[in-house]
Amino acid sequence: MKTMPHAKAAAQFIKDEPGTDWHDATLWMVRAKRDKAAQGVAEWELLREWASQIKAHTLSGLDSYLVEFERNAIANGIIVHWAADGKEHNEIILRIISANGIRKIVKSKSMLTEECHLNEYLLAKDIEVVDTDLGERIVQFRKEPPSHIVLPAIHLRKEEVSETFHLHLGTEKGNNDPQYLTETARQHLRNKFIESELSITGVNFAVAETGGFVVCTNEGNADMGTHAAAIHIACMGIEKIIPKTEHLGIFLRILARSATGQPITTYSSHFCRPRAGQQMHIVIVDNGRSKQLGRPDFRNALKCIRCAACFNTCPVYRRSGGHSYHTAVAGPLGSILNPNIDMKANADLPFASTLCGSCTNVCPVKIDIHQQLWKWRQVISSEGYTATGTKLGMKGMAFVLARPALYRFSGRIVRRLMRAAPFLFRSKKLNPWHRQREIPEAPKHSFNDWYKRNKAK
Amino acid sequence: MKVGLFIPCYIDQFYPDAAIATMEILEKTGCEVIYPLDQTCCGQPMANSGFSAYSKGCDKNFIRNFSAVDYIVAPSGSCVLHIKEHLHDKDEEMAIYIRGHIYELTEFLVDVLKIEKLESGFPYKVGLHVSCHGQRGLHLSSMSELHEPSFSKPEKLLSMVKGLELVKPARWDECCGFGGTFCVFEEAVSVKMGKDRIEEHVIHQVEFITAADTSCLMHLEGILKRQGSPVKTIHIAQILNSRIA
Repeated sequence: MKTMPHAKAAAQFIKDEPGTDWHDATLWMVRAKRDKAAQGVAEWELLREWASQIKAHTLSGLDSYLVEFERNAIANGIIVHWAADGKEHNEIILRIISANGIRKIVKSKSMLTEECHLNEYLLAKDIEVVDTDLGERIVQFRKEPPSHIVLPAIHLRKEEVSETFHLHLGTEKGNNDPQYLTETARQHLRNKFIESELSITGVNFAVAETGGFVVCTNEGNADMGTHAAAIHIACMGIEKIIPKTEHLGIFLRILARSATGQPITTYSSHFCRPRAGQQMHIVIVDNGRSKQLGRPDFRNALKCIRCAACFNTCPVYRRSGGHSYHTAVAGPLGSILNPNIDMKANADLPFASTLCGSCTNVCPVKIDIHQQLWKWRQVISSEGYTATGTKLGMKGMAFVLARPALYRFSGRIVRRLMRAAPFLFRSKKLNPWHRQREIPEAPKHSFNDWYKRNKAK
Repeated sequence: MKVGLFIPCYIDQFYPDAAIATMEILEKTGCEVIYPLDQTCCGQPMANSGFSAYSKGCDKNFIRNFSAVDYIVAPSGSCVLHIKEHLHDKDEEMAIYIRGHIYELTEFLVDVLKIEKLESGFPYKVGLHVSCHGQRGLHLSSMSELHEPSFSKPEKLLSMVKGLELVKPARWDECCGFGGTFCVFEEAVSVKMGKDRIEEHVIHQVEFITAADTSCLMHLEGILKRQGSPVKTIHIAQILNSRIA
């Protein structure tokens, strides 16, 4: 299936202007909370710098930190698996499920499993995974992908959630009371937790020196799942490593503040070893990450701790919705990660930005997001993934602008045409500028003309 | 002090008044203003579209025009930022010199000329649009995302203008959506962003919206005109150069 390019999907999203305004205002509120939380910490900019440097250091020795982590995890009694890509990741999980004859599976939030399309893979084998994060559960009922990595159902309003719950959980039709709806979801999920035999979680931070890992949630759903089930599988990308436990003192302080404006996530659960009778697995996944690590201009994107602050601040994301990015990880961050995985399919994403730079400023690990967007544009063009028309247009423009006399001549002709035959510029089809904007008035003389007439000796 | 006046291509062609105002302000402050006649474009339209390889001709032409001045000043944060970040040449020494000596107008007035008062007057209610490349790229003002002391070079200058009432929108440093070729390739989002910026200014009943970048203003002006709005756009240079009649 051919995906719709971002610009087109965004245009469709904006057709519902009140809906767009709501989406924009809701996410702006999250951004404002983040500002307030960040400003409440005097050493905020220092924390960002430290976090960025710790990640830079870790990425520069990722191979040895991963091996150190594996060694310590095994010593703790955890079973460690390595997956080169999403396919291997899914197969490993399926093997664990089959070997143990599992039927009931719960999963807390994990963008990695979204990236690997684990749910779809298992569903094709007739195995159902219940997503236990409230937002994830809502979009799972609706057979939609999450539109935001922290707030998966942020594209939906309570009326839509009510309708979904009415269909799937039998809530009263038209009852939009959030308290009522959440309570129903809570009871529904409570049963899933009690029944579960296997629990899948993501990993926020994996500590090399201890072989333990930390999972952050606000709903406690990761803990509910892992405490009830006999098997815990934690899935992590290779970039989740931090060297020492003490570094959590920085990362846990910046993560929730950047994500939602909370001082810390409600639950920051440390998993070190399986309890008696429990199996604990970790699946460490590459899936293109080492390739990204090998691209010097884009390596820093692997510092990401998935807070989504760049989503919430992005004026384009807020007005186009996560689904318009047609990838598991949307937003500015997704736009610098996804071209690495499939450049052709994601060639539109680095262009879904005005390069305003706000993403870079909110990033708690100081990823140069907007600079990377610019650099991806160069790579995408040089690899030939830009429309031929655009390429020719740019070539023509460059030809004229490199030749002063030709530039002045062309400018004069265009301005004369704009004055004499403005209708030529008013085709809504050929001139997207004019669809919702007037074209600038063309003056008789350029500044260059004026200067020659009035100033030049 | 020899100041090379760089008038970006679209200002040259469509907004000569902003260029004239820039030149006159610099002259008033005693600079020897030199306008090299063969200048064209900084090359940003190609580079931001992914074709920086095509902007080599612009780079060469830029260096040819601006290698014999002490400073280069332009009424556009965006074009200045492009030169600062991306101007290269075989003669890299000259490119380095130019990258280090190019200034956006308000930055030049505040940081280099250290202007403390102006003889200008503009008795209107004016909304300030903060252009991203000038702000986040050149650091013309503090940024809402960062934990840093508050300052603004454009505001400092506007506060010296007699009669001017300055108002800032609620989201005072959100992007207007112009974004170079973004404005046509992502037309729907671009216009929606512009409309939202305008709405926040209109609430304050401003008579003008000003900015240090004409490109943002051209985009906002296009939307305002289509809406039939009485609100006008004006480049900050024209305000700083104005007199109360």
